[in-house]
Amino acid sequence: MSRIIINRRRLLTAAGVAASTLPLAGCDALDGMLSSGATARDAMAKANGLTYRVQRFLIGADSLAKEFSESEIRQGQRPNGSTDPTDATYIALRDAGFAGYRLDVGGLVDRPLRLSLDELRNMPSRTQITRHDCVEGWSCIAKWTGVPLAAVLDEAGAKPEARYVVFRCFDTMNLGLSGDVAYYESIDMLDARHPQTILAYGLNEEPLPVENGAPLRVRVERQLGYKMAKYIRSIELASDLAPYGQGKGGFWEDLGYDWYAGI
Amino acid sequence: MATAIDKKRHDIHLQRTTIRRHGLMTRVTHWTWAVALFFLLLSGLQIFNAHPSLYIGEQSGFAFDNSVLSIRAIKGADGNAEGLTTLFGRSIDTTGLFGVSGPEDSRAYQAFPGWLTVPSYHDLATGRVVHFFFAWLFAATFISWFAASLINGHLRRDILPTFSDIRGLPGSFVDHLRFRFHSGHSYNGLQKISYAIVLLVLFPLMILTGLTMSPGMNAAVPWLTEIFGGRQTARTIHFAVMLLLVGFFAIHIFMVFAAGPINEMRSMVTGRYRIDREVAEGGPER
Repeated sequence: MSRIIINRRRLLTAAGVAASTLPLAGCDALDGMLSSGATARDAMAKANGLTYRVQRFLIGADSLAKEFSESEIRQGQRPNGSTDPTDATYIALRDAGFAGYRLDVGGLVDRPLRLSLDELRNMPSRTQITRHDCVEGWSCIAKWTGVPLAAVLDEAGAKPEARYVVFRCFDTMNLGLSGDVAYYESIDMLDARHPQTILAYGLNEEPLPVENGAPLRVRVERQLGYKMAKYIRSIELASDLAPYGQGKGGFWEDLGYDWYAGI
Repeated sequence: MATAIDKKRHDIHLQRTTIRRHGLMTRVTHWTWAVALFFLLLSGLQIFNAHPSLYIGEQSGFAFDNSVLSIRAIKGADGNAEGLTTLFGRSIDTTGLFGVSGPEDSRAYQAFPGWLTVPSYHDLATGRVVHFFFAWLFAATFISWFAASLINGHLRRDILPTFSDIRGLPGSFVDHLRFRFHSGHSYNGLQKISYAIVLLVLFPLMILTGLTMSPGMNAAVPWLTEIFGGRQTARTIHFAVMLLLVGFFAIHIFMVFAAGPINEMRSMVTGRYRIDREVAEGGPER
């Protein structure tokens, strides 16, 4: 049996290897390439367009997000983002129990609508127990009740040139020096007409609470949470997203998040 | 008997020669993966920092406890922030590295320190942009490598271990512990098995658990979530595989240096690899 020999050269080599893994640091050297508007970042962001096209090809228009059983509802729906809007119009509506709330549906439609909560509740409804996936990484299962967005679009008569549904919201997000910015979001017509895409007014058998988006929010079950606008003020059908916000299709999108959040 | 061995040893000497060891596809995919995995790791840690907890099942427990790992900052007894890492209910103080890091006067309260994330500051959106770009590159490289290796025989010849490789595993393991490396035409049993696990188990597992976290893919292939026991379990497996790959990387780099970094690097860049082979004195080359 020969002895285990580690000679000096091998020991130094091993020490060198150990040391070389330490300063993995210096990642801030890449920060410049990754800042907003940088060429490298924009180039990499194009991968999301590929994801969007591949997923649209793979998924099909009507395939459903998984629905769960009652027993999976083990907790309240975790609120996130804005949970208590401070905007004056919203507070006035909230304090009156949303009696004066009207949902405006306009843009590229044949018949603009102005719907009260009662009118929305009297339309066909759908209840689904689904998993909410936040972009941060957590998930939560809850029961949502609302009117299919497709029914509202049919009522209003979407024009053929409409490509997007844009949600304008009551809540504003504070961006520090640049002040308050109104939340908005948008989805394409394929997601808008998906059977599980609903304008929800109920959560876990109760009226939708303020922290979860009362009186009305959208559920887009095959995408991440930030696509599901809360506190909806109006819906506009549009052929182009450029006129809204900074033109990226949503509040978070304007801050660098991907418009397609199916991943 | 002894004299016969002595005579034989006398007649044989070592001849240095270089062989072509790694094909072009092996080398190109190797370095593409090296770059892609570097960015995937660092952007992945940026994404993890947005919600630094791992769970088992379909959802994250806020009103119940199904977490297996969490890294967070808490207020310590002395009023200062401490980094606390909890794994399977056991907590340890990781101040300075995980949970709370950075110099005393400008503490960062995040799970992984800035020097381990891309970008170095908190920016989930950019972390995702980087991660998904390199995820596409990683997956495309994997598919190219798999197809090429299937066709050119690299998979069967060099990666899949044979019965004799598995039989020789204990001996190969002891040799490695003794720093005795056989530099020959082909990989040894231990190399084959490590590469087979990394390339044929960990890489596909990483891609599939990654896809399981996509709500779009959940609708397209619902059975994938079932296989992994829920989206949050898939996220936990994704993280665990990352740790295994980091472990593999550390050993891989160590072995490169231990086995002779110049020769190993040359073989992975140019494909040429130096081997010492025994040649009988005066006899024909084998």
